[in-house]
Amino acid sequence: MEKQSFFRDRIMPVGTILLGLLVIWYIATVFLNAPFERDTAARAGTPISFSEILPKTMFQERPVLPAPHQVVAEIWDTTVNKPITSKRSLVYHAWITLSATLLGFGIGTVLGILLAVGIVHNRAMDRSLMPWVIASQTIPILAIAPMIIVVLNAVGIAGLLPKALISTYLSFFPIVVGMVKGLRSPEQIQLDLMHTYYASPSQTFWKLRWPASMPYLFTSLKVAIAISLVGAIVGELPTGAISGLGARLLAGSYYGQTVQIWSALFMAAALAATLVIIVGFAHTAVLRRMGVKP
Amino acid sequence: MTITPASVVSARNLGLTFETNDGPVNALTGVNLDVNKGDFVSFIGPSGCGKTTFLRVIADLEKPTSGTITVNGTTPEDARKNRSYGYVFQAAALYPWRTIEKNIALPLEIMGYGAADQKARIERTLDLVNLTGFGKKFPWQLSGGMQQRASIARALAFDADLLLMDEPFGALDEIVRDHLNEQLLKLWDRTNKTICFVTHSIPEAVYLSTKIVVMSPRPGRVTDVIESTLPKERPLDIRETPEFLEIASRVREGLRAGHSYDE
Repeated sequence: MEKQSFFRDRIMPVGTILLGLLVIWYIATVFLNAPFERDTAARAGTPISFSEILPKTMFQERPVLPAPHQVVAEIWDTTVNKPITSKRSLVYHAWITLSATLLGFGIGTVLGILLAVGIVHNRAMDRSLMPWVIASQTIPILAIAPMIIVVLNAVGIAGLLPKALISTYLSFFPIVVGMVKGLRSPEQIQLDLMHTYYASPSQTFWKLRWPASMPYLFTSLKVAIAISLVGAIVGELPTGAISGLGARLLAGSYYGQTVQIWSALFMAAALAATLVIIVGFAHTAVLRRMGVKP
Repeated sequence: MTITPASVVSARNLGLTFETNDGPVNALTGVNLDVNKGDFVSFIGPSGCGKTTFLRVIADLEKPTSGTITVNGTTPEDARKNRSYGYVFQAAALYPWRTIEKNIALPLEIMGYGAADQKARIERTLDLVNLTGFGKKFPWQLSGGMQQRASIARALAFDADLLLMDEPFGALDEIVRDHLNEQLLKLWDRTNKTICFVTHSIPEAVYLSTKIVVMSPRPGRVTDVIESTLPKERPLDIRETPEFLEIASRVREGLRAGHSYDE
């Protein structure tokens, strides 16, 4: 087999797509921002040519679609040039969102695993709980998020936890579904083997069901961490837009700061990608320790 | 009903009926059988004759619906709780996330053996199945025959006197199978175990056994029990001797009498 080249097999394919997206983005920037320049010129009564419009669409204050370099400049400005304790620092806001994401993800994972263990081991829980778990996800999160915030606020819980709980609400679901499947994945013959050893239920769980469920758990964790971030951002919207990436998005839309919205979006995307990659590394490391065929 | 002290498995008028959506299926009816200590008993018959079901009843993986059965003088359930048998399945059923030695350690961990004892037993059983040096490998790194040998080592690790084997070599090619049959006989000789062995191969049954139980389907029942006259020492070419062929033909007759060759 040919040796894998990092540049040719990793950088090239991703880079090509990235380049294509940038081209499309720039073209879209020109077309979406041009009407504003034409209107301005028409009001001033001065004729304007396309070659004059083109550079102007790249540097508008409040563009319909900011150009990539504007977003990059904004991200640079709000991450590197601002102290991270400043309310104008994107790193500060990202950290606020990240902390809610991680707390919600942690609670969601523990809750999801506990529910799955209950569902797999208890017929009554299987019958009664599973439909509710599925029903919980049919309610739009945007509708239920403000309710959670308001209700928890009324009982004196504010700050990080309500946002985290919205993350939990979204992230426990893939964990439950994945772990129920994973804990039920051992074959009958492997279970029969445990039966012939007169193994206790806890031995069967820890020596068979739990290790067998690991690939399912990590696949679920990847989905769960990404939607935890979505949950945390949604949770920040009804809190009055004080801090967090959700707040940046909301404030940006209040004041027509599209550049700010886009930079917050990219920060969120980068955060999600980083989190998924970290879970991916953990996945690989655990499976390697479990002797999976490379 | 009297049980001789040497009887390891004793079935009297044993029956098992599965309730299915298509009505009851008689997997076993009226089975009377004694397996004595040190016997190598083969169960042979076409699929659906209840040979695997009978083995699973001994192992307490199925409950009989009529008749009585004792294993080591007790109920199958108590025998299982006393860990008095090792079971080898059709597939190796090794846990893929455990190395071979960790797989062999699995029953030892469950039964609470100490670390030093575990290590000694792993070494001894790996040697018994000629897998010394493969302890650190994962199952996927071994061939099918080696995996099945590892699963036999796992069944031997906790020194149960009774070994139940359900078509352990059924999925292997004939050359590997011959080799493993030879090794199994040596192992039986060295360990003095009682072995119940399910197979659908006549040469395999005749080559290995001291007693051959011929079974027939619909309903699953025992049609003949043949005591082998072959000596305990059996090289592979014993299979060409007239004595061997005579027993094989009696097995075939038994199968025919039970309508096993009918369409």
